[in-house]
Amino acid sequence: MAQRKQLRVGNQWLYADDAERLLRDAIRIRDQEEQRHRIEGHVQPWWKRYVFSTDHKWIGLQYGFTALCFLLFGFCLMILMRLQLGWPGHAFSLMKILGENRAPGGVLLPEAYNQLGAMHGTIMVFLAIVPLAVGAFGNYVVPLQIGAPDMAFPKLNMISYWCYLPGGLVMLSSFALKDGTANSGWTSYAPLSVIATKGQTFWLFGMVLLITSSLLGSVNFIVTIIQLRAKGMTFMRLPFFVWAQLVTGFLLLLAFPPLEAAAVLQLMDRVAGTSFFLPSGLVISGQQLHNAGGGNPLLWQHLFWFLAHPEVYVLILPAMGIVAEVIANNTRKPLWGYRSMVGSVIFIGFMSFVVWAHHMFLTGMGTLISAFFQTTTMIISVPSVIILTALFISLYGASIRFTTPMLFALAFLPMFGIGGLTGLPLGLVTADLHLHDTYYVIGHFHYVVAPGTIFAMFAGIYYWFPKATGRKLNDFWGRVHFWGSFLCINGVFMPMFAQGLAGVSRRLYDGGIQYAHAKAIAEQTNPFMSISAIGLLVFQVPFIFNFFANVLAAMRGKKNVDDNPWQATTIEWAATTSPPLGHGNFAVLPVVHRGPYEYNCPECTTTDFVPQHAEIAAVPPPGGGMLPEAAVAQREM
Amino acid sequence: MDAHAEAHEHVLEIPYTVHPRPDTGLYNAKLGIWLFLASEVMLFGALFSSFILIRTAAPVWPRGWEFLNVPLATANTFILIASSVTVVLAWANLRLGNLKWGRIFIALTLVCALAFLVNKGFEYTHEFKEHRFPSTSNFLAIYFTMTGLHGLHVLGGVIVFSYLLLPGAKMWKTDRARYTNRIEVCGLYWHFVDLVWIFLFPSLYLM
Amino acid sequence: MREFLGQWMPPDYSAHGWQVDQIIYITHWLMFVLFAFWSLFFLYTLVRFRASRNPRASYHGMQSHWSTWGEAGVAVVEIVLLVGFSIPAWYRWSNIQKRKEANPFEVRVVAEQFAWNVHYPGPDGKFGRTLVNLVTSTNPLGLDMSDPAAKDDVAALNQLHLPVNREALIHVTSKDVIHSFKLPLMRVEQDAIPGADVPIHFTPIRTTNGERWEIACAQLCGLGHYRMRGQLFVDTQQDLEKWLASQPKVTQ
Ligand code: HEA
Ligand code: HEA
Ligand code: CUA
Ligand SMILES: [Cu+2]
Repeated sequence: MAQRKQLRVGNQWLYADDAERLLRDAIRIRDQEEQRHRIEGHVQPWWKRYVFSTDHKWIGLQYGFTALCFLLFGFCLMILMRLQLGWPGHAFSLMKILGENRAPGGVLLPEAYNQLGAMHGTIMVFLAIVPLAVGAFGNYVVPLQIGAPDMAFPKLNMISYWCYLPGGLVMLSSFALKDGTANSGWTSYAPLSVIATKGQTFWLFGMVLLITSSLLGSVNFIVTIIQLRAKGMTFMRLPFFVWAQLVTGFLLLLAFPPLEAAAVLQLMDRVAGTSFFLPSGLVISGQQLHNAGGGNPLLWQHLFWFLAHPEVYVLILPAMGIVAEVIANNTRKPLWGYRSMVGSVIFIGFMSFVVWAHHMFLTGMGTLISAFFQTTTMIISVPSVIILTALFISLYGASIRFTTPMLFALAFLPMFGIGGLTGLPLGLVTADLHLHDTYYVIGHFHYVVAPGTIFAMFAGIYYWFPKATGRKLNDFWGRVHFWGSFLCINGVFMPMFAQGLAGVSRRLYDGGIQYAHAKAIAEQTNPFMSISAIGLLVFQVPFIFNFFANVLAAMRGKKNVDDNPWQATTIEWAATTSPPLGHGNFAVLPVVHRGPYEYNCPECTTTDFVPQHAEIAAVPPPGGGMLPEAAVAQREM
Repeated sequence: MDAHAEAHEHVLEIPYTVHPRPDTGLYNAKLGIWLFLASEVMLFGALFSSFILIRTAAPVWPRGWEFLNVPLATANTFILIASSVTVVLAWANLRLGNLKWGRIFIALTLVCALAFLVNKGFEYTHEFKEHRFPSTSNFLAIYFTMTGLHGLHVLGGVIVFSYLLLPGAKMWKTDRARYTNRIEVCGLYWHFVDLVWIFLFPSLYLM
Repeated sequence: MREFLGQWMPPDYSAHGWQVDQIIYITHWLMFVLFAFWSLFFLYTLVRFRASRNPRASYHGMQSHWSTWGEAGVAVVEIVLLVGFSIPAWYRWSNIQKRKEANPFEVRVVAEQFAWNVHYPGPDGKFGRTLVNLVTSTNPLGLDMSDPAAKDDVAALNQLHLPVNREALIHVTSKDVIHSFKLPLMRVEQDAIPGADVPIHFTPIRTTNGERWEIACAQLCGLGHYRMRGQLFVDTQQDLEKWLASQPKVTQ
């Protein structure tokens, strides 16, 4: 037998004749494609460009816009609830939009209140904040910040958006059902959820789609960050935001599947009549339930919280990442303690898988188990303290520019601080004995997610809006938006701590005015909180206006800032595609030479910052840190 | 999209789709599939934990072998193991540049997967005929849920392998290494599906 | 802190409640110190290091590392709270085994949508057997009257009578969905879980004297969750026995 000659091509061995044929094929294909391009031009059909786009920037915008709509929707549901809480049993003509079977004559019914509550929680967490924090900011910013041409799997990215949107729509479509939506809280505790109306089945189907979406997304993020970092972008040169997204990716990847399992089991209980979560001998409204029995209601809680605790860190880590970026940029100095921040964020990621049962302290746990979960809960608070400390100290010695994104980022710090601190008594089981399932808990987590995460999201929107559109949002209206929101949001949530200490339970249709111990405080504070909530809504109007006015102007091609308006160091601002949408982010893939926050560094001579990719530190490239090609392109524009 | 950006598309293809990144030693899809499998481990891990919890709490627990079809399931176990071997052979042949045998082995894998599903179908219809439904007992609930979910994974494999066998194989002409990688990645997934069954089989049928 | 938080907290009439309150107070001290310190630091930096006052930032920023000590301090305080207060207090709370010896007053509380059924064992101190298939609207507990222990049992709806200064041992369970049995004035809460029977114990130290002490339901349990309330009466042992004797016996 004749020896075939072998060659090494790339990383593998090929037979020489194979290699030759491959080469010929490749040349032929290239010729064909060139031919086709010459005939068809370069234009893709609009639905490929705008609907099923595989470009991470466009997908990021799709995510962002969809999530903002859900955010507004979730907030509007809450306004209806707050109307009821502030003035229980009152008729409001606004309430009539819910229809006669939910709000006859404008008076909200208790079952409708529960529907609104469940949907508010679910929408805010799964349809608004996570897609905004991860889907939108992660998608738009991460590939740019690490110097990648796109996400690692662009098609998967597109599919993950197209699982998210239908998932959300499935959930919302249950509003049209006769019995309405899911009504067992966002936690969907069994057996209540198993015997609930049909809306719960929609909720479960929606969740399965959303989980699929976030699984695909998280694989994509992790691979992108690990594999597609530009040359020189070592892990310790990653912007903190990218670190936060990387850890978030792992949380999504590993925490969501148990909820998927739980959702499947609950679907089986509801649809196929199994008893995973139903113990034997249930009597529902006087009727004995004929099922196999032998299930365990606490199993649902374990599976749910195994997801949902990591999930709350999914809500906060990207927010911390954004705040860190904005703070570094507007203090004009590096983040203080970058390394310990990175360490902390990784540590939070690990620990968040072993604290879940602190939501279940009062289910009748043994001493040992509760001691374990209290301890882990206290341990996990330490890295948060470290991150916040580092951010506070980063302000020391700074030169603080009070831009609009900076205002939101600064407000994040004490607001998250309040939210985080009030988590401590909840984490100590003996104190939780009094505070569990009261408004104290509601206050705790809204401080972390609303003036915490939402403010960070606003900071991110104001900060990266010029990146996406070439325009800055109006500063005056930004300030109005900030100060109005800041005051109102505290007005809504601060009294909750007093209510919680007084023992007012959550999820009460009338806000607790029937209970002797709760009546006084509920009547004193609830109207004020509701008015603040309406005020909060009013102060979003300038933002929505500001947002759309500038988007429209940008669509007409009007730009009012250059490529790097904040004089930032991270390389998303070096991309030449700002703002055109299209594949490929950089004219030439950037090479990274230094850490992410070189502001006022010893190298800085002519300006106060040196971008990560700038080659000669002493003389920053023209155009405020752009690549030469970009600068040329900009001049031609 | 303007011509300017389009022109760069070829220059700026996503790196490491085919060849490993030197410092991580992995190409993208391989890392991706490992991560995906990690999440699958969590999924089935949660289900197995639920299984254990419910079983340990149960005062009596039916023995699977008393009424489930153990011989058929044993046959299925061997069928899946065989398919794990054929998928490796498919990859090895493609790696050596042999498309013909590669495809034959992909086809064999497919045949095994389909045989598995057909057998499972027989088992299910038998249970239904005997009036054993998921709602009958917690054992059957777990049995149907877990084997059903596993069956869906097999079905997913069938779809992907059919694609790679027929229309997907065009890629062999344009990008041989990438096609081979795809088979490798799907093979990893397939091993996992196999592994899940190897846990399911004894815990449902034999214990 | 006691005065500050106490203005909202309901009064505490149980023997163990001061421990709960104490941990709440101490934790809030820690929170207050952290909050106050960082707020002052924050405001100081905002004023001192604003761009107009400090046009050029320092590359190195803060040089000293006192914050590490601060963080260690937070961790130490948390450990003290945990090991010194919370875990021991919870140990006393959740360790039910020993309680039987203390001759407690035993009751069963069975939650349902949307009411609290209270089951008193009667003079014989034994609970009669209950069976699911016997549940009717007149026998909500499903008491099995063929069991001799059931003969003297008393069932009440939404009324929990307890003796003062004697330990109460309450078995909390549910017939349908998960509820949560909450006595804010006793600093007591326990989820009522179908299929599980969880004992809790506490000692009321004051009689009700005509005040309304609530039994709240703290876990979402359906559309009537907000109006699922009962009343707690703490009487002297004599009054309690009188009341029990006056209650109609369960019949079938
Ligand atoms: C983003 C979301 C988020 C975050 C970050 C956290 C963070 C924490 N959470 Fe929270 N939590 C929720 C969202 C979140 N939580 C939600 C949604 C629920 C309720 C779910 C439901 O039941 O519906 C909940 C409920 C909840 C419970 C259950 C309560 C109950 O039901 O009885 C517990 C108990 O341990 C707890 C503890 C904690 C702790 C210890 C932290 C710690 O990680 C916090 C650590 C942070 C700090 C310690 C702050 C440090 C700050 C400083 C040092 C600076 C201070 C400076 C100034 C203020 C100026 N949380
Ligand atoms: C991420 C989570 C999240 C967020 C952000 C919020 C935000 C808010 N939440 Fe809620 N909430 C939950 C998660 C969240 N919530 C959960 C999980 C529950 C428990 C549910 C349950 O019991 O099961 C709950 C419960 C809950 C209750 C208790 C109900 C009860 O127990 O009976 C209350 C009461 O006041 C409340 C109020 C609010 C208010 C006033 C806001 C405000 O802060 C809202 C602020 C919103 C905005 C400021 C929106 C701004 C939007 C725009 C500006 C859109 C712009 C659009 C375009 C440009 C297109 N929430
Ligand atoms: Cu019973 Cu809420
Ligand atoms: Cu938690």
